[in-house]
Amino acid sequence: MVKYALQRIVYMFFVFMIISFMSFVLIRMLPLPALAPNDPHTTILEIRREALGYNKPYLEQFWIFIKGIVTKWDWGTSEKLFIGRDVWGVFVEKLPASMIVNLYSILWTIPVGIALGVLAALKKNTWVDYTISTLTMVVISVPSFVYAFLIQYILCFKLRWFPFVMKGGTDYFSWAMFKSIVPPILALSFGVIAGFCRTTRAELTEVLTSEFMLLARTKGLTKTQATVRHALRNCFVVVVPAIFGEFIGIIGGSLIIENIFSIPGVGNLTINAIRATDYNVFMLSTCFYTAIGLAAGLVVDISYGFIDPRIRMGSKK
Amino acid sequence: MEERIEYEKIPAEKFRFVQENEKLHDKELQTKARGFFADAMIRFGKNKSSVIAAWILLALVVFSILSPIISQYSIWDKDPMYLNYAPYVPSVAKMGIGILDGASVYNSQNDAQLYYWRGIAEETGMDPIIRTVREHETVTRHRGKDVVRTTLDIEINNYYAMGILYRTLTYSEFEEIQKWQNETGIQVIFPYVEQKDIEGITDNPNLWYRVDSRGVAIPDENGDLVPVYSTRTEMQGKPYNSIRIPSDPGNYIYSFAKSGALQCRILYYNYYIYKNGHEPSYIMGTNAVGQDIFCGIGVGARFSILFAIFVSAINLTIGAIYGSLQGYYGGWVDMLLDRISDILSGVPFVVVTTLFQLHLAKRVGVVPSFLFAFVLTGWIGMAALTRRQFYRFKGQEFILAARTLGASDKRLMFKHIFPNGIGSIITSCALVIPGVIGSETSMTYLGIVDLSAFAGTTIGTLLSQGNAAVTTSPHAVLYPSIFLGLLMICFNLFGNGLRDAFNPSTRGVDD
Repeated sequence: MVKYALQRIVYMFFVFMIISFMSFVLIRMLPLPALAPNDPHTTILEIRREALGYNKPYLEQFWIFIKGIVTKWDWGTSEKLFIGRDVWGVFVEKLPASMIVNLYSILWTIPVGIALGVLAALKKNTWVDYTISTLTMVVISVPSFVYAFLIQYILCFKLRWFPFVMKGGTDYFSWAMFKSIVPPILALSFGVIAGFCRTTRAELTEVLTSEFMLLARTKGLTKTQATVRHALRNCFVVVVPAIFGEFIGIIGGSLIIENIFSIPGVGNLTINAIRATDYNVFMLSTCFYTAIGLAAGLVVDISYGFIDPRIRMGSKK
Repeated sequence: MEERIEYEKIPAEKFRFVQENEKLHDKELQTKARGFFADAMIRFGKNKSSVIAAWILLALVVFSILSPIISQYSIWDKDPMYLNYAPYVPSVAKMGIGILDGASVYNSQNDAQLYYWRGIAEETGMDPIIRTVREHETVTRHRGKDVVRTTLDIEINNYYAMGILYRTLTYSEFEEIQKWQNETGIQVIFPYVEQKDIEGITDNPNLWYRVDSRGVAIPDENGDLVPVYSTRTEMQGKPYNSIRIPSDPGNYIYSFAKSGALQCRILYYNYYIYKNGHEPSYIMGTNAVGQDIFCGIGVGARFSILFAIFVSAINLTIGAIYGSLQGYYGGWVDMLLDRISDILSGVPFVVVTTLFQLHLAKRVGVVPSFLFAFVLTGWIGMAALTRRQFYRFKGQEFILAARTLGASDKRLMFKHIFPNGIGSIITSCALVIPGVIGSETSMTYLGIVDLSAFAGTTIGTLLSQGNAAVTTSPHAVLYPSIFLGLLMICFNLFGNGLRDAFNPSTRGVDD
């Protein structure tokens, strides 16, 4: 199992390197953003560009880029948004805002989602199931920004319960801050609840009809015992990796929700970098999102193996 | 009582041939043969929610086709003044039933503002005030006395509330408008008010009465507004021979000379009729750039749906071929192709879109480069699905039989295996379409892709324009949201129904 995990990690690392190289070359191929003339920063940025080997072959540029990251954790300098500042420094500042919103949202949505899914599966083919399933279907179809508009209009504007945008500052655990991030948390939550509800319901329905459940009942377990000990545990083989994947995703943030509620997070930073053609920031965002995506997949894959002894994917092949 | 038959000893003459003089052959089947698709359609018809979704979907598609045709406006008509204005249809508004009257609520209006609305109503004959929503009474202490101030929340017809604007007209325009006024009897040009008479206020063309320096009306002792129209005929730019306002004694001037042109006070509502030939009429209001939202939704949805179908078709083709190769050959081909799709699927979509836009948009256009971004990673799901189907079928006996009979690889793949897996492949396509619409809307919402030059507008663009003014004009974000939400729900329900119909074995299981 450890060998399999290591194999996967090494493989993912290679995939990551290839993707970063491709994005790197594609970004460097773009015409360089013009620097403001007669600005003291311009000279510094030009020296920086020279040092990063902007007129050398792309492979060499990539080598310099990687070397900078490995030796000095140097991701380059922002050229447009935060002129002259270290990109990584800017990026790290933006991380907590994204994380806090996603963390709160996940902390309450996963239990609720799973609970609803279990309820629907246990009451299969009753009105409870139909209601939950239909709502799940509807909620999962509608994009999260539609909820965001509704929440913003009803809760923030009409009822004036919450402020329109996220509060500034870095006091992430204060009450005022919490109040200001309730709307984005809600907007993000619907989709997650529906997703978990659907997965849990589908999985549990299947487990409940399997033969070992019949065996469990015939050997004398009560329905509750059989459900909790056998059905739920088996259904979590699928649900738990999804939770892990979701947790990796929290650092990524959501591009649109951050945009709507002005959350100063990485998603917003990425969009601003794209709009302002600040390529070094964009390069870091690209690497970051790629890494998150790959890591989430990796964690899901590996946790499957750890949770369920039947799935040892490495040993099968 | 029947005669008892002894079955052991039936006499020989009782036996006869069943078909002595007939040909012995199978009877032709009396029932109609039912194919795979017909069968699936019958199953689909039993799924009520999917059928309803399909009808709503059809309605939405018809809406998106018809609304740009029905609308009086094209998507390129951008009114410069009516921005983010609420839904308004003149004929419905006149019935006064509270819908489509271009209204929005103005909070805490005091006497000074009421005089302003009254000024517009008296001059133009169009009363912007629809009704009073609420009255507030606040008691403040002013110089030792309790003073009760009443403020009102009133509903204002925005289209009437715009009132009068300053416009600089050329001499010929001025003549034309006069001619038009004489023909139709609708007054566009109103008497000029010199700014020195309204305390030097330059940014409020709706003032035609005596005001103080803050622009608040100073009424006479009867509470009426005191007109201060200019009568300095020497400043008149051009003589005026058309409709005059009723209170005009005949010496008001209607234009003001301004270096080779004329400055006039025009009533925008009537000027709009003069320009467009009809009253402003926006069923769903206007957006931030003055487009008709009713038309905009149709245009945007039309693009979204067509684009999504096109993308799905391309992805289906690529994915099916790629997955077939993977699944059929297996081994190192499978592994190599799998690595490629692993790498491509690892690239975040927003990065792909951005890079394609930055690199290709100038060379091949915005839409093709957006399409490439979707195609680059979109086929992977389809390929994985096809690959699974191939693994499922390729080891079965009928394939072995076909191979033994000498069928080529190509024939085996596309005549024998692929048709068996086509059900699940087609149905996943129905679920790919809403996904593409969702991503497309997100990207245009974020402004990473700007399709407004090509398509006029998109749902995403409408939403982002509406979101900027969600408090003052919620309609601008409401209608596109409703449309998008309905579209997505219906597509998903429809797709799920199709999937259940094509794969009865996986009913209720979401993969």
